[in-house]
Amino acid sequence: MRKIKSETIINVVENLCAEANFELPVDVLKALEKNVVLEKDTAKDILEEIIENANIAKEERIPLCQDTGTANFFIKVGRNVDIVDGDICTAINKGVSLGYANNYLRGSIVSDPIERKNTKNNTPANIYIDIVSGDKIEITFLPKGGGSENASALKMLTPSVGWDGIKEFVLSAVGEKGRNACPPLVVGVGVGGDFASVGLMSKKALLREIGSENESAFYGKKEIELLNDINKLNIGPMGMGGKTTALAVFIEIKPAHIASLPVAVSIQCHSCRRKTVII
Amino acid sequence: MKIGLRDLVLNPEILKAGRRILLSGTVYTARDAAHKRIIAMLNSGDAAPFNLKNAVIYYCGPSPAKPGAVIGACGPTTSSRMDVFTPKILEEGVKFLIGKGARSEAVVNSIKENGAVYLVATGGAAALLSKTVKKADLIAFEDLGPEAVYKLEVKDMPLIVAVDSTGSNIFELNRTVTSQKSTH
Repeated sequence: MRKIKSETIINVVENLCAEANFELPVDVLKALEKNVVLEKDTAKDILEEIIENANIAKEERIPLCQDTGTANFFIKVGRNVDIVDGDICTAINKGVSLGYANNYLRGSIVSDPIERKNTKNNTPANIYIDIVSGDKIEITFLPKGGGSENASALKMLTPSVGWDGIKEFVLSAVGEKGRNACPPLVVGVGVGGDFASVGLMSKKALLREIGSENESAFYGKKEIELLNDINKLNIGPMGMGGKTTALAVFIEIKPAHIASLPVAVSIQCHSCRRKTVII
Repeated sequence: MKIGLRDLVLNPEILKAGRRILLSGTVYTARDAAHKRIIAMLNSGDAAPFNLKNAVIYYCGPSPAKPGAVIGACGPTTSSRMDVFTPKILEEGVKFLIGKGARSEAVVNSIKENGAVYLVATGGAAALLSKTVKKADLIAFEDLGPEAVYKLEVKDMPLIVAVDSTGSNIFELNRTVTSQKSTH
């Protein structure tokens, strides 16, 4: 067994909180730059503002967005890892509370959904753990803003509607609330599984690098089809019209029950912040 | 176009939907929780924590300021969550709203009736927008943390007119373009 101190995890998470909130991933920046030349007028101005914002945030270590998000963690723990002096969830939450406080990141979590009292340190994090082979821990952090999260949608379709029904649902979700979710968007689509798992699939889809190909040629084509159709909606950057409504669409699938066709659409704003560290 | 708040108050009609401006003047931050409290205060006959007459409300919950900084990151939040409160707020005299995203039909009608203007800032350009804030004072609801009300002095804040005082709505204009395209 490889021993990993919980203090190591705390330090890694603390740094992740800062780095992810100050630096836009290179693939996202490249995708924005690629689209600037396709746009004109207001749409172009907005994309340029977003790119300039990324430069200021990185250089001056100011958060890209004031909404420094719900702290989502996707963790892969090797089965040959022994975490000493604590457990992984406590360590991650400790890292989040330190990372947010020490880097002046906004606490956006309320402890009770009705009472709505701010916890001030952005805990608790949403933590999803997979046990894998090996002796490492892979930690992926996805700070996700509330505005785009509110535009996300889930529907239990019937199998007979097939791909056309899935496509109609994705386009209606983006069409209905996409303009409020800080486009250009990254759209994660989960198809299959059940009610509980399809939402998580759609969120995990957001972790894929822009420009990466789907493992399945079939779904790869469907991603391009959806992206093209979304970009014909004329929502554009910040909903002000234009060709760039989404930068990417990623589809994740799972086997499903014979009666069910669950579909979830996770909407991610252009501030598509995510970072992975392997311990 | 650079514009000061005084000129805006006198001539809201110069702001046409789609126009880009650089705004300078005083704006007050207020999000969901602050709106809820302000409306409750008004309903019980109390005064709002700042003068609503001709005021500018910015839907924003900034991140904490670093030592030596005026403010943290401070971009707009989604305006539609404030739709339920906005007609009442406009009736009380607020003239300008700054946020992001589309508004309900009821809000657009209320903007028109009250000769108000809805402007949008670029969401997620919060580091850039923080550079336009020259002064920030906490004036109410400190317990709400990032949802407290701050009085901000802004200089050349980049905004786009989304709904003008005649009710012309950039989001509807875009939608019309799309539907015309799809019928051809």
